[in-house]
Amino acid sequence: MSNHRILGTRAVRLDAAAKATGRALYTDDITLPGMLHGAILHSPVAHATIKSIDTSKAVALPGVKAVLTAADVPEIPFGVSPARYDERVLARDKVLYVGDEVAAVAAVDLETAREALELIEVEYEPLDIILDARQALAEGAPQIHPMYEGNLSARVEQEFGDVDSARAKATVICSGRLESEMQDGAFLEPQAAIAELDDQGNLTLTTSTQSVHYIQRTVAMVLSMPVGKVRVVKPAVGGGFGPKAACSTMELLTCLLARATHRPVKIAFTREEVFLHSRARHKFIHHMTLGASADGKLLFLDHEALLDGGAYASFGIATVYYAGSLLGGPYKLPSMRYKGTRSVTNKPTCGAQRGHGGVIARALFERLLDEVAEKLGADPVDLRLQNMMEAGDVTCNDLNMSSLGMRECIEAVRDGSGWQEKRGRLPRGRGIGVACGFFVSGAGYPIYRSDTFHSTAEVKLQEDGGTVLVRSAAADIGQGTDTALAMIAAETIGVDLDQVRVISGDTDLSVDLGAYSSRQTLMTGHAVREAAQKVRDQVLEVLAERLGVSMSDLRVEAGLVLPAEGVDLDFATLRTQYTKEHRGWTDNPTDGPLTFREASRLAFLERGTMVATGGYKPPILGGKFKGAAVGTSPAYGCSAQVVELSVDLETGQISVDSVTDAHDCGQAINLTSVEGQMQGSVSMGLCEALFEQVRFDAKGRCLNANLADYKIPTAMDMPKVDCIVVETDEPNGPYGAKEVGEGAIMPTIPAVLNALHDALGARFERLPLTAQQVATALRTGRPVAAESPQPDTKGYCKIDD
Amino acid sequence: MKKMLSMTVNGAPLEVAVHTHATLAEVLRGELGLTGTKVGCGEGDCGACTVLLDGEPVNSCLVLALQAAGRTVTTIEGLSAEGAAAGESLHPVQAAFVEAGAIQCGFCSPGMILSAAALLRRCPDPTEADVRVALSGNLCRCTGYQKIIEATLAAAESLATSHAGDNSDREGGRP
Ligand code: FES
Ligand code: FES
Repeated sequence: MSNHRILGTRAVRLDAAAKATGRALYTDDITLPGMLHGAILHSPVAHATIKSIDTSKAVALPGVKAVLTAADVPEIPFGVSPARYDERVLARDKVLYVGDEVAAVAAVDLETAREALELIEVEYEPLDIILDARQALAEGAPQIHPMYEGNLSARVEQEFGDVDSARAKATVICSGRLESEMQDGAFLEPQAAIAELDDQGNLTLTTSTQSVHYIQRTVAMVLSMPVGKVRVVKPAVGGGFGPKAACSTMELLTCLLARATHRPVKIAFTREEVFLHSRARHKFIHHMTLGASADGKLLFLDHEALLDGGAYASFGIATVYYAGSLLGGPYKLPSMRYKGTRSVTNKPTCGAQRGHGGVIARALFERLLDEVAEKLGADPVDLRLQNMMEAGDVTCNDLNMSSLGMRECIEAVRDGSGWQEKRGRLPRGRGIGVACGFFVSGAGYPIYRSDTFHSTAEVKLQEDGGTVLVRSAAADIGQGTDTALAMIAAETIGVDLDQVRVISGDTDLSVDLGAYSSRQTLMTGHAVREAAQKVRDQVLEVLAERLGVSMSDLRVEAGLVLPAEGVDLDFATLRTQYTKEHRGWTDNPTDGPLTFREASRLAFLERGTMVATGGYKPPILGGKFKGAAVGTSPAYGCSAQVVELSVDLETGQISVDSVTDAHDCGQAINLTSVEGQMQGSVSMGLCEALFEQVRFDAKGRCLNANLADYKIPTAMDMPKVDCIVVETDEPNGPYGAKEVGEGAIMPTIPAVLNALHDALGARFERLPLTAQQVATALRTGRPVAAESPQPDTKGYCKIDD
Repeated sequence: MKKMLSMTVNGAPLEVAVHTHATLAEVLRGELGLTGTKVGCGEGDCGACTVLLDGEPVNSCLVLALQAAGRTVTTIEGLSAEGAAAGESLHPVQAAFVEAGAIQCGFCSPGMILSAAALLRRCPDPTEADVRVALSGNLCRCTGYQKIIEATLAAAESLATSHAGDNSDREGGRP
């Protein structure tokens, strides 16, 4: 669709060779001179008061350099959103879950640090444990966190349009429930951090994070330091998917231990600690009623959700809003009511994970759409097409679909999957299902209230003129941001990709909110494009002056400065000047057009460093109601998928045979990376649908805090994913680009649920769809029912030891 | 307690004093500075720490360093150094991974690439199913495996082409 030279191609990623050879450095690969090793003591009990802590034996252990407990660390509370700053660096009087941080040690080596942890004596007085969100909200349940009366972490009540009168007009009404289980991020690199202080009191924290900016602010706030004296750097990061977006106690403890010991300190999580820290996908219980007119027009959605939040808020407030707001589209839905509740329980804290808050809600909504289609005798694809929004439509909750290739996506997967021949025609045990979804291309507002730029970037031309340096605090955590930014810079200036270098992930370079809400391609992309345009214009200005022409008489293409169409120019004097500058050099250009390298060098000689900054801040978005900010975005990516699966009618085992996936990412920047995000999303979604589930025993101890018992997909589990990239021109995106990293997970789970109905004729209400669950349904004739999102009416029941 | 360990790492014989309970992964990363070997779990579940021990892929977090005594270890650093064709910096499997977009966060990549290289040495013309089985001990959370599988098959092809008329075993690692 575009006539770009660089954008939309398949670029080899800038970091790929370093990662293939093992040369790329991740945090735990870094060792500093004199570095100490830290370790954290976690609570072994889910809910208790701390009677006493005795660290004397640990302090006395040779090699131990510091032992910190709550008494030694700042009392300043922190968290994700300022209204819910509910975490402290170390537990003071109470622990709230198995894993809550109680003490920390720095020692000469890891072995000594771990040995010291065993010498710390903590006396706990156990309290009643609540592991179930419905019980946590029941009358009489003991309060877990002092800030949250009734264990209520957040409640959302919203209504758009008039649901009750729409219901009165509806002829087809379907309602149902869906209950999921807590998921883990399961990124391959466990979190790690290294802190060091220099002699002027400047702190550098190197950490495996998705957002250097948010970490910098939190560290500065908790350590009471000026933000400018805190530098946060992100080396290579081994995946994040959401859980690495918030500042963790571990990051803060690393800084505090470095401050206490005057030496660099590293802490690296074990895999078990990754599970305990969590901040991954919540357990959701949804109940929805969806109504349509006799001719298939959607009229209303009445929706209730309950989120099991675990001990602290983290990103969870945004999660509970997203769970409602992301159902406003992509279908025309005139009215929608949402009651969302997030409860506190004695479990690890849940937060943001790919498709933040919207994934399970989307799954039930799309399952109900199929039920509406069934009642109307309509094809599920046709019903979706009939109700599809168009570009420019605004949802009932004020989300503006400034571009929307949803129709193209669903048509592409229908035609690409053989839907028409297969739907309803496959033998029992085999099924095909479809679903759609969309997601933000960057949250419209930062997580703290601020007029800050969401992204700034700097583009500098090196003094030799031949290299373009992009500097940004954006976080490439594996998704390929650095390469996308380099491509945008190259395209904008008119040079080749190999002339661009990117340094990123460092708060010293720019302000960037980081890698969450699928924001960097659009937001950082805008900032880089602006900076690149400015710096190119600086060069052209000098050149135009020298040649006595106007800037519009010049253009830059493929690394060459060329006269604009119909203009005749002589660059000979410029070339001569450049050649004289480089006597003795063997690579001087002799004939052919002036290169951008020459032009940029000459501009430097005349004006000094060619450097420019760019910035992006979204316009004011969304409605005026409470919570209107969550779900707003300058643009929305969208996708459709068709899943084909087979069920073993004996064992209940589901195998997914194929996935046809179409995603509208606006203008694709790097086609290979777009497909990579689509395939990665499908893999995370499929396995959330089929087997991922963090499990706990009655005492709140995680039963599968390892990658053997917590199953993530292997190469044997994944079917072939057929990727169809749909491109639209997004007016609010740089070069028309928008997200792909999260929207692509939205249709996966509901497409599985709908395919399972096609295979077995049953609507499943619980995730994951384990073989055991399916086998039980096959035997009894009906799937296990989900719980209601209402508090447990039986009331809070004490859990006996 | 420490003991002297002699082994050949990436073609070079060496001696290093190691704790008797130290794992091969710890010694490679810590004592020898070969941080290309990643530790994703330390429990034998993820495959990120895969190295070749006498040419066979093993989880180096489960192997005691002393078990490598007198044996040959190839890490990702050695694969590129030993395995690349003249004038190239990458082994054909690495080159294929780079080219195919099989690397996202890259944390699984060293282990994945070594498992793929070991497969292609054992079985130069694998089917897609062979590749899936051979890589099933290496977890990847980012890619959904598709581009990894495509890269491995592409590497098999490029190895076949470059080996036509050249029987030398270039992948290194075998004594
Ligand atoms: S680190 Fe060895 S298998 Fe995971
Ligand atoms: S590329 Fe990230 S785990 Fe494989």
